[in-house]
Amino acid sequence: MRKQLFNVGAILQGLGITFKYMFAKRPTIEYPSIKKQHAPRFHGLHELRRYADGKERCIGCELCSSACPANAITVIGAENSPDARVSPGERRAASYEIDELRCIFCGLCEEACPTDAIVLTPRFEMADYRRGAFVYSKDRLLVPTDAGVGTPPDERPNGIPADLGRVAEVKSTTNVDRGYSATHRGEVLKTERKGLAG
Amino acid sequence: MLVIFVKSAVLLLVVVTTFAYAMLFERKILGWMQLRPGPNRVGPWGLLQPAADAAKLILKEDLTPKTADPLIYRLAPFISLLTAFAVYAVVPFGANGDGSPWAIGDVNAGILFLMAISSIGVYGISLGGWASGSKFPLLGAVRGTAQMISYELSMSLSFVGVLMLAGTTSLTGIVNAQERLWFLIPQALGFVIYVITAVAETNRTPFDLVEAETELVGGFHTEYSGLRFGSFFIAEYVNMLTVSCIATLLFLGGWNAPFGLTLVPGLAWFVLKVGAFMFFYMWLRATLPRFRYDRLMTFGWKVLLPLATLNLVATAAWVALH
Repeated sequence: MRKQLFNVGAILQGLGITFKYMFAKRPTIEYPSIKKQHAPRFHGLHELRRYADGKERCIGCELCSSACPANAITVIGAENSPDARVSPGERRAASYEIDELRCIFCGLCEEACPTDAIVLTPRFEMADYRRGAFVYSKDRLLVPTDAGVGTPPDERPNGIPADLGRVAEVKSTTNVDRGYSATHRGEVLKTERKGLAG
Repeated sequence: MLVIFVKSAVLLLVVVTTFAYAMLFERKILGWMQLRPGPNRVGPWGLLQPAADAAKLILKEDLTPKTADPLIYRLAPFISLLTAFAVYAVVPFGANGDGSPWAIGDVNAGILFLMAISSIGVYGISLGGWASGSKFPLLGAVRGTAQMISYELSMSLSFVGVLMLAGTTSLTGIVNAQERLWFLIPQALGFVIYVITAVAETNRTPFDLVEAETELVGGFHTEYSGLRFGSFFIAEYVNMLTVSCIATLLFLGGWNAPFGLTLVPGLAWFVLKVGAFMFFYMWLRATLPRFRYDRLMTFGWKVLLPLATLNLVATAAWVALH
């Protein structure tokens, strides 16, 4: 008989726990309207940066393409013509395509780039109904001429870009306030890339 | 005649609305207890969710499996629905100053009518499961029948204690007999037995073996879709409301105000008590896992039935001695 009578105390304890949790703070972030704070080194959609004078940083060297473990990047380089320069050096990218469906967002392209041209931004909302829409060509990757030069990887802003919407106040696992530039890796990159500033 | 018609229409509307919002609140409460916000996309605070659900159910295709018995398959949901609603013909919600109850029909054997009608409800489940011509519904139906019979016994016995104390089978009479002391106190054991059997009778967690999503897909209603599934769904929630009403009438003093707080109208007390009972149901669902089938049977026959009999004998002895 005693075995059949299940533990009433345990049931009451269970009821107590569920009742307590009814008033607990819920960790839900109601995503489309509120976004979670990302880590400073978050890898999102790519961006091709420019110099202050509007010239493209990309020199069409294809190092990103060879570094890419997912074969997501296709670059076709070409010579700069002297009367209409696209980038400062001799060469430029005639075509630059990233298949974001193949991309694993590892950031190796960013590390391989000798001119800091290709960087990963914190943007992550790329959904589309068409497969073709995920192949980003230069027209969508390049920073628009009126939108500055783009952010170098070691000076990435903390927080979600302003145009992405409300950000939830969630504790990130990384120290968001210190940011990427304060990390050891950030310091190393800064000294390594001093020559490329500007 | 016309008055009864109007009363019935109003009551139907009230019960259906209560069902709709009971469902919303259940999902909300389950959500909160599981650290989720619950439905909150349709309308402010999710308040239009029931309307969205209803629209969805109406627009769904009405499927009938090839192997199903077409007539009984179509009939079963309506048996469930009909019996679930028929009960409200005798449930009183309050009383006028002269003691006449607010009910469609003041039957002097109200509790017997309630038990008789609610027992027919199991036909909806067993016929629906059997007529689906598919294995999971059949298993659900067999379980449902066995479970209903096992727990109906203890449930009826827990009623008898109350009936002996009140000396009447009229629901109004039972409520009036509780003016001084709710039967919850002299019939504490009966109340506990009633609460447990009521959960089993309405096939809700932890006794939801009839539906048992994890093992029987959807149990007796696996093959049903659209409004026919909706009918079973409505019936389940209306039954839940019914057992809450019975608990309020039989054990919690009906519309009698506790601690002499007669300033608040009786109907408000009734709604409050029923609401508290409904909340308890949802709370249970968020807390307890499903019973194993053999444990359910053992518990029903070897624990609840002897306890209910003991309660009955003790109450009878007490009534006889006074």
